[in-house]
Amino acid sequence: MTEAVLQVTGLCRAFGSVRAVHEVSFSLPAGGSLGIVGESGSGKTTTARIVVGLEQADAGEVLVRGRARTGRARGRAERLARAREVQMVFQDPYLSLDPRTSVEAVLRETLRLHFPGTDHTTRIRELLDQVGLGTRAADALPRQLSGGQRQRVAIARALAVEPAVLVLDEAVAALDVSVQAQVLNLLADIRERTGVGYLFITHDLGVVRCVTDEVVVMRHGRIVEAGPTTEVLDAPRHAYTRLLLESVPRPGWDPDRIAAARRAL
Amino acid sequence: MNHPEERVNALDIRGLRLHLPGAARPVLDGVDLTVAPGETVALVGESGSGKSLTSRSALGLLPPGATTGGSVLVDGEDVLTMGPDRLRALRTGRAAMVFQDPRAAVNPLRRIGDFLTEGVRRTGVLGKADADRRAAELLDAVGLGPELLRRYPGQLSGGMLQRVMIAGALMGDPVLLLADEPTTALDVTSQAEVIALLGQLRERFGTGLLFVTHDLGLAAAISDRVHVMYAGRIVESGPAEALFERPRHPYTAALLAATPRLDARPGRLAAIDGQPPDLRQDLTGCAFAARCPYATGLCHEEAPGPWPVACHHPLEGNPADD
Amino acid sequence: MSAVLTRRPGLGRLRSARAPLHLACLGFVALVVLAALLAPWAAPDDPNAVDLGNALAGPSPDHLLGVDAAGRDTLSRLLLGARTSLLGPLGVVAFSTVAGVLVGLVAGWRGGWLDSVLSRSTELVFAFPGMLLAILIVSVYGEGLLAPVLALAIAYLPYVSRLTRSLVLAERERPYVSAYRVQGHSAAQICLRHVLPNIAPVVLAQSTINFGYALMDLAGLSFLGLGVPALTPDWGRMVFDGQTAIQHGYPLSAVLPCVLIVLTVVAFNVVGERWADRVARRTP
Repeated sequence: MTEAVLQVTGLCRAFGSVRAVHEVSFSLPAGGSLGIVGESGSGKTTTARIVVGLEQADAGEVLVRGRARTGRARGRAERLARAREVQMVFQDPYLSLDPRTSVEAVLRETLRLHFPGTDHTTRIRELLDQVGLGTRAADALPRQLSGGQRQRVAIARALAVEPAVLVLDEAVAALDVSVQAQVLNLLADIRERTGVGYLFITHDLGVVRCVTDEVVVMRHGRIVEAGPTTEVLDAPRHAYTRLLLESVPRPGWDPDRIAAARRAL
Repeated sequence: MNHPEERVNALDIRGLRLHLPGAARPVLDGVDLTVAPGETVALVGESGSGKSLTSRSALGLLPPGATTGGSVLVDGEDVLTMGPDRLRALRTGRAAMVFQDPRAAVNPLRRIGDFLTEGVRRTGVLGKADADRRAAELLDAVGLGPELLRRYPGQLSGGMLQRVMIAGALMGDPVLLLADEPTTALDVTSQAEVIALLGQLRERFGTGLLFVTHDLGLAAAISDRVHVMYAGRIVESGPAEALFERPRHPYTAALLAATPRLDARPGRLAAIDGQPPDLRQDLTGCAFAARCPYATGLCHEEAPGPWPVACHHPLEGNPADD
Repeated sequence: MSAVLTRRPGLGRLRSARAPLHLACLGFVALVVLAALLAPWAAPDDPNAVDLGNALAGPSPDHLLGVDAAGRDTLSRLLLGARTSLLGPLGVVAFSTVAGVLVGLVAGWRGGWLDSVLSRSTELVFAFPGMLLAILIVSVYGEGLLAPVLALAIAYLPYVSRLTRSLVLAERERPYVSAYRVQGHSAAQICLRHVLPNIAPVVLAQSTINFGYALMDLAGLSFLGLGVPALTPDWGRMVFDGQTAIQHGYPLSAVLPCVLIVLTVVAFNVVGERWADRVARRTP
């Protein structure tokens, strides 16, 4: 088995009396793809924010390539080192880019911070190419781009740092189906090419099936089921996982029964 | 027009065209759509397809500067020619809408009870006591207790609030309920609850339901008939099951293939290359031609006829299924 | 695979260009600023040249707008007065904007105890009437433009800092700020390069409105004889000097600066409000 690039153990986080995340542990093998599935309030987003360092854990540990990243970053070097460990793509492509910064400036800024003193023009072209944006897009401001294009820019920005792990927080949820498929394929290509590991936060089981190797199902801040994606989706052991699966609409779907099952759980 | 013995359709949209200033082509280009009383019809499309504009037109909610053609009959009466007073009466009475984000559609500083009774009381349809009684009845119908009347929206979960919105939509006893992505902002499990509820209410009150969604799976799961929209035109219409199993328009087929499905194998999706046509470009021919793998010269030159599959080269149903 | 670039024009561009009132006000602001800049060359006379023989004369080819009680040319004093009358508010706005943005930025970004300390202390200034503060400082420091400008700047600071703080609070919750943090940018970099430019238009629009109020306050102070030295041409001072002339039935030298003050304040307010409206409507 490959060594884990991301190792999370015993993560806890409470907001007041609410246990947002409780005793959450999982590991992501190098170049692997792990999905965290849950509904709102399941703690999946808080978990992701702790992993990237936007939120602090009350207890537990996050290791990337064996190095702890718990507690606040001290100093510039530590900050940059952490940024190169984990990057994130946010849900809303309309809000996750500075409206005043052009695509090229976004990338240049990041490259200048992490790789100062080198020529970035080639790398920018390479990154844009990698996410399927032509060089024509380089001068565009975010408001001139469609949702799918913005999300590509956000992905390029995250890849510019050359992170070991990419956290995707509902990164395709706001996109139209046809654009979503393009972006999901792009993500699959990038993983194949660069060997970056994905932590995929989503509520969409179809997306989980499509892009993850392993999956963790969360509910009320706890992990209720974990395992290889195909196993969990084909033979769910926990009642909540079964409910989630049955909730996905399809022809012949019986919403009444699901509503009853939800109340029973 | 309609014979007296015939039941009047809850919604009857005929050849609806909608033009916006600054756009090179109509935003809606000859939309035909009917919803019979007690029927659920789904309108499926991606953002910018015109599906929300179509449903909003049934309430006379048109974007500023819009010019229209065709007719939008709600309960037999044309909405497009109504004055402001009649429109207001229509919106609190015969037609109602449930919006995508219940939190954005309700004033957070007013109690649920006030929200529910406001419309009918202002138009004088019901007095205070009657309005309160009806609100409590409808809350019961959507599975919520009367104690909610005194609560504020912030004290309710998204799923509960959406049920309140549905109760609010039913206050005026509408013949037509328009639901614009009513479950998109909700969790998957509460989605089922809201859908189940809409189904029960439709049966109980005989309301016609126009369900607008981007999710083909959801549309197929809940509706009798599905219309698929692309770039302001309806490209394919049909019974939900058939359309889902044997799509005939290449766009419908591509949309289905691009959806990450639970029963699919892991791996690459069949994405649709390119993007929907820009509103500032005039269209000659089929709007989907530029992205369509089956497109020929004819597709680029001549717009295909509308019914039931707006395509010059419709896909054959899978013979094995026939 | 390459996505096609689409440019979506905002609906805002379809909106009709500008209202006639706004255009007139913009023109007036430009005119006043131009007059202040070119005053030394444009003024027909030395503003302090006394021609007592002509005192209180009406408009004539020699003195287009007449002469005041001390025999000084009104037009020249108005033109040169524009300099002091605009320079003062400019100082007030510049100082209150820079300091207010700094306070608001730190308070909004850091939050916690620092926010409490800064917010409470600016509220303290709020509670104290600005004019009273100005009179107090002027009476301590004596004549000169600096004292009233400083006093009013302090009085105006809370308006700017409070606005900035609320804008920063909203802006820092936006995902793009989180994105930059994840990328490893320092807080100072994010604030200066991204947050500040994004909130700047709103703050500057407010400052334009403040400019009008500051002009009025300063004119009021110099009318009271505080601040501007006696001989310096200044609109507020001119109103004060012209009082006696009104009693003698020669209102021109007092009424004209009044009119100019009112028009300039209104013009700056209209321009500022319009700007603020446009900024508020512009969504990313």
